[in-house]
Amino acid sequence: MIKHDLVIVGGGPAGMAAAVAAYDSGVKDVVIIDRDASLGGILQQCIHNGFGLHKLGEELTGPEYASVYEKKVRERNITIYNDMMVTCLTADKIVTAQGSSGILKIQAKAVILAMGCRERSRGALNICGTRPAGIYSAGTAQKLMNCEGYSVGKKVVILGSGDIGLIMARRMTLEGAKVEAVCEIMPYSGGLTRNIVQCLEDYNIPLYLSHTVAEIHGQKRLEGVTIAQVDENRRIIENTKRFIACDTLLLSVGLIPENELTKEAGIPIDNITNGAIVDENRQTLVPGIFACGNVLQVHDLVDYVSDEAELAGNGAAQYILNGGCKGDSVCTEAGNGVRYVLPQRVNTGTGKDVSLFLRVTKPYGKVRFTVKSSENVLAKAVRIKAAPGEMEKITIKADLLNNITEPITVELEEV
Amino acid sequence: MVYDFIIAGAGVIGGMLARELSRYNISVCILEKENDVSMGASKANSGIVHGGFDPHPGTLKAKMNVEGVDLLYQAAEDLHVPYKKNGSLVVAFSETEAEHLQMLYDRGIENKVEGMSIVSGDEARKIEPNLSEKVVSALVVPSAGIICPYELTIAAVGNAMDNGAELKRNFEISEIIKEDDIFVINSSAKEQVKGRFFINCAGAFSDKIAELAGDGFFKIIPRAGEYLLLDKSEGIRVSHTIFQVPNENGKGILVSPTVDNNLLTGPTAAKVDTPDDKNITQKGIDTVIEYAKKSVPSVDFRQVITSFTGVRSSETTGDFIIKASEKVQGLIHVAAIDSPGLSSCVSIAKYVTGIIKENCNIELELKKDWNGSRENPHAFRNMSDEEKSEYIKLHPEYGKIVCRCEKVSEGEIRDAIRRNPIALDIDGVKRRTRSGMGRCQGGFCMPNVMKILAEENGAELQAVTKKGNGSEQLTGRL
Ligand SMILES: Cc1cc2nc3c(=O)[nH]c(=O)nc-3n(C[C@H](O)[C@H](O)[C@H](O)COP(=O)(O)OP(=O)(O)OC[C@H]3O[C@@H](n4cnc5c(N)ncnc54)[C@H](O)[C@@H]3O)c2cc1C
Repeated sequence: MIKHDLVIVGGGPAGMAAAVAAYDSGVKDVVIIDRDASLGGILQQCIHNGFGLHKLGEELTGPEYASVYEKKVRERNITIYNDMMVTCLTADKIVTAQGSSGILKIQAKAVILAMGCRERSRGALNICGTRPAGIYSAGTAQKLMNCEGYSVGKKVVILGSGDIGLIMARRMTLEGAKVEAVCEIMPYSGGLTRNIVQCLEDYNIPLYLSHTVAEIHGQKRLEGVTIAQVDENRRIIENTKRFIACDTLLLSVGLIPENELTKEAGIPIDNITNGAIVDENRQTLVPGIFACGNVLQVHDLVDYVSDEAELAGNGAAQYILNGGCKGDSVCTEAGNGVRYVLPQRVNTGTGKDVSLFLRVTKPYGKVRFTVKSSENVLAKAVRIKAAPGEMEKITIKADLLNNITEPITVELEEV
Repeated sequence: MVYDFIIAGAGVIGGMLARELSRYNISVCILEKENDVSMGASKANSGIVHGGFDPHPGTLKAKMNVEGVDLLYQAAEDLHVPYKKNGSLVVAFSETEAEHLQMLYDRGIENKVEGMSIVSGDEARKIEPNLSEKVVSALVVPSAGIICPYELTIAAVGNAMDNGAELKRNFEISEIIKEDDIFVINSSAKEQVKGRFFINCAGAFSDKIAELAGDGFFKIIPRAGEYLLLDKSEGIRVSHTIFQVPNENGKGILVSPTVDNNLLTGPTAAKVDTPDDKNITQKGIDTVIEYAKKSVPSVDFRQVITSFTGVRSSETTGDFIIKASEKVQGLIHVAAIDSPGLSSCVSIAKYVTGIIKENCNIELELKKDWNGSRENPHAFRNMSDEEKSEYIKLHPEYGKIVCRCEKVSEGEIRDAIRRNPIALDIDGVKRRTRSGMGRCQGGFCMPNVMKILAEENGAELQAVTKKGNGSEQLTGRL
């Protein structure tokens, strides 16, 4: 067993930003472990534009954004293990990893989880029909196209209007494929508005809301799908079924944080975010283990991932250097119209502002968010509109957090 | 060349028979229409080693099943196929069903099944705490077990090949001509193979093969069974296989752990027009969920990772057809092998060998160097961390994990592509290594598995298929 101060599991944007932040906060023995051959995580296959506008003030591609952070990592004396997968984590912070040099066991002082997420697969959807080739999760198709340089199909139907699906609709169209339809089971899209406009509307790709794929046809390669409208309970309406011939079905039906290691370590998980329960430093309920990025909550923009990772990196550094936060804390709660609030716990009386991140339950017009602890109003925010696809951020000023003992709730009202 | 024996079909029956025949100094060739072995019923079934209380006494089914269980466990040991003697429970929800249990028990006694007992609902819930409160009694069958059916088939064919048998894939038998005591077999792709004796193990297509051979005296009635397979997080719901009281549609919907610690629920029973109809239907999904929850209400069906359908090959008499043709000399049928065919595969192979000895004019002389054991394909995954570390130092490709969910290394994938019967496609790699079988269903590992397949076969990435010709994943270069 070897020893390191800080072990970061995952070298995507979250892991890299966390490493840099921890290093700059004074922890010099930092290790990043990633199962891929290079750093960057999922950004390596996202060759489209749209990364970094908030954080870096310019629009970059995924690999460009990743290289900004990789440079920062390489400039510092941070140890990188590539081609190495963490297979086990314990609550007392022993990390086991497997790579071509063997099995490595590390006793860490602190651990940051930054494993990202995976795409929901066909199996989880219970779609009827056959099991031919030509069905991909959108990210797999993206990898085959952008990293390997192959086309995956010529006539395409996309199920789910998540951002990866929308981006792949445009990508495949640009490569000469015909995208016949994008079906979204909800009455609204889960993707960013800018992606709906730039990826679908600009290319006349039809988006069918409240629609799903009812059946898959074809023995060897996909020959077509039956699509259908669904009712308010998401049940298929029989007489709306229609067949669309296609050789490819892309699934963009949701991302699931990859928390198998987290669960094995006994770290409590939030049932809504599917990520760990954390405080404002992104520390989980197991002291010394932190989480950030898509393994904690699915983000819509990488810029916010980097922000969150910095919180985790600083938090882990404080934990290693001085034991971290030891005071009182209160929990946060999602009130009317709010699906979840992160962090789930807030330490009080730390003298620092705390930002809450949240998603609403459905699309709204103009709304006012109110953040309260019993009768104390801690913050208010007005938005012209709010949608589940766009994460909201509301900051509570440090002085308002001094004396609270009751849970912090966030709710919205339409105005 | 003229082979001594031609076996039609590389399912568990054809495979186990080939292994049995590979003991002797004779030539054996297996013909399989698909790109891999175990693509029929032997791929998609419950994987239960049945105790043997169900078949009617006096039938071939009862005899093969009861004789077959221990033989199967032994073969699984020799071939390193994972199995577990987890025992099964047949649960009754009413007094009428409880009476039926008594009948099954009596039948089991007559079939010479050992160790059975009938327990009350409360006792059953002590054994399986997640059983429904509504269970009033249960038949406990300790000799029953679970096994991975496609791994068994792959291992049986592989071991037969290691001992000299040949396998021809993508050979769809379309014509059988008898010329001077020799069977001349033509495929739909115009290939030809000749043999002295011909054994029909073609599963759901065995009636077609019998017809082609000029002895079409039976008709297979294909019945589909749909399953839902759940994540390992649900695999802990039960430790025994939970059956409901059987009815005319079969053994009903079961809830069982698998040898890989997933939870399996199903099968339904629905007549289908052709054995190729492996559709998943909404009705099927709903039925599986409803009945599985009846036995074990706490199963969380949000954790489904995949669904699949298997097609049973039943025949009107309800029994297996295992006999020499009355019309065509040298032809043997091993047909209508529906459940408990998997449990019976080794005893069937031995029984067929007996038929050969009686009916075929050929000397069966034992090979001196026959080796009935197959190297363990899972040796690596079963090692401790220390052993793995040592092994990786010698074989670095075992350090690199390709499938994250099931933690399958590149070394294991290459091994599956190199050893008999080699994996030729993505699904073949999956069945041999579990790569792509986990929660993400190949989302991450598929591109890498494709690369390894292409590299090992010296082929273009574009040529890699999911399950043989026509199922290419890529449509061109960008
Ligand atoms: C839903 C279901 C559940 C079951 N559960 C159990 C269980 O729990 N326990 C148990 O003991 N048994 C069970 N069984 C039964 C068991 O699966 C079968 O008895 C067994 O797999 C039959 O093996 P086989 O080799 O005869 O058939 P198959 O596996 O179908 O093999 C036949 C092979 O022949 C090939 N073939 C067909 N036509 C041609 C041709 N023209 N040319 C070349 N090749 C051809 C096919 O491609 C196939 O590979 C179940 C079956 C089903 C369907």
